[in-house]
Amino acid sequence: MDPANFEPMAMPLFDQLYNFAHWLTGNGVDADDLVQETYARALRGFGSFEAGTNLRAWMYRILRNTFLTSRSGLAAQKTMNLDDDDAGAVQEWTVHAVTPERLMLQQENRQLMLDALESLSAGDREILLLCEVEEMSYREIAQVLAVPAGTVMSRLSRARTRLRQALSATAPGKAV
Amino acid sequence: MACGQQPARLAAYMDGELTAAEAQGVEEHVRGCSECALEIAALARLRRGLLAARGRYLPDPALKKRIQQQIAKPTRRTGVWLWLMPATVGLAVVAVLLAMVWTQRSVSSQGFGEVADLHVSDLASANPVDVVSTDRHTVKPWFAGRIPFTFNVPEFGGSEYTLMGGRVAYLDQQPGAQLIVGLRQHKISVLIFRETAEMARVFPAAVTVRQRDPFNVATWQTGELRFVVIGDADAAGIEKLVGMMKQANP
Repeated sequence: MDPANFEPMAMPLFDQLYNFAHWLTGNGVDADDLVQETYARALRGFGSFEAGTNLRAWMYRILRNTFLTSRSGLAAQKTMNLDDDDAGAVQEWTVHAVTPERLMLQQENRQLMLDALESLSAGDREILLLCEVEEMSYREIAQVLAVPAGTVMSRLSRARTRLRQALSATAPGKAV
Repeated sequence: MACGQQPARLAAYMDGELTAAEAQGVEEHVRGCSECALEIAALARLRRGLLAARGRYLPDPALKKRIQQQIAKPTRRTGVWLWLMPATVGLAVVAVLLAMVWTQRSVSSQGFGEVADLHVSDLASANPVDVVSTDRHTVKPWFAGRIPFTFNVPEFGGSEYTLMGGRVAYLDQQPGAQLIVGLRQHKISVLIFRETAEMARVFPAAVTVRQRDPFNVATWQTGELRFVVIGDADAAGIEKLVGMMKQANP
């Protein structure tokens, strides 16, 4: 694609990319750097972007890859198993016993949800954000994460489970 | 789940990732399965709750502007050219001026070259002068009828210059006067022509003595006449003679 098209096509994604970057990095300074580097890389690589394909998924993928190779991204991978496909840690049956999220949402306690999301690994957080916040299809998510589409479904399911566990942990007294 | 339904499948249903037939199957199952209905409801609440994360962090407008400017560079390639335009035009103007100066120099070189040739050929000639005379009152009348103009010869008596004679010279196909003036061991040509357009082109209107190896040369125009003084005398020697010629032909 002609680099002249880059700005009008990519800038509308700016706010949501920034939000995503902030969620990934966990702070504004790193988010600034991440978004800036993402746009720089995307512009450099825009010649190889095929017209008609998904620019949003392409940009998110660049942002994610940039994050993974950044200092904070490497740290996140060390401690949070960003690309861990091991589902063993999740016991799905525990989820259904409690539904603290219901209680919290009834209380309109957004902060607890945000805190719970914050407490997740970067890998869980990113896939939840891509699906729920960015409303990407599994196919798009697969493009962003560079994984097979089938992997998205299972990984997303595990992330949701862990989010609900985190919600239970942050509001133990309110667990139903 | 006890019913055997996969939670991931229910989530995929919620995410709109199932085919129409698959979705219908899930809906039919959920109608009869309270556990799955609760799960669907929980997923819906989770989704609603996660909307809090949407737009949670807003970029600094300054950052957005900065990045926009960075990525806008290629699109402003034409802008860059616009910015470069004055420089380009400037360079072009300089090039044209240089060409003009060079052309003028080569033209004037051509003009000076011709008078230098006249001077040298005269010095090399067996008969450097057609009228041998140290007397201006002899020389000036000699030219009458040979050239289409008149001019005054200064009085050299009492000066360090010696009038050696004169002859008719041709420049630009025009006959003119060539006076040979001696200064010590040096011979100097004073060329006088009626100014033509071509001479105006090849000679500067007035030039004080300048070095044109191996000669010093000066030229000026008075009325319809073009004067050129050229010789191997030093600049001061040429300049003084120029002064005398100018005084005689105001």
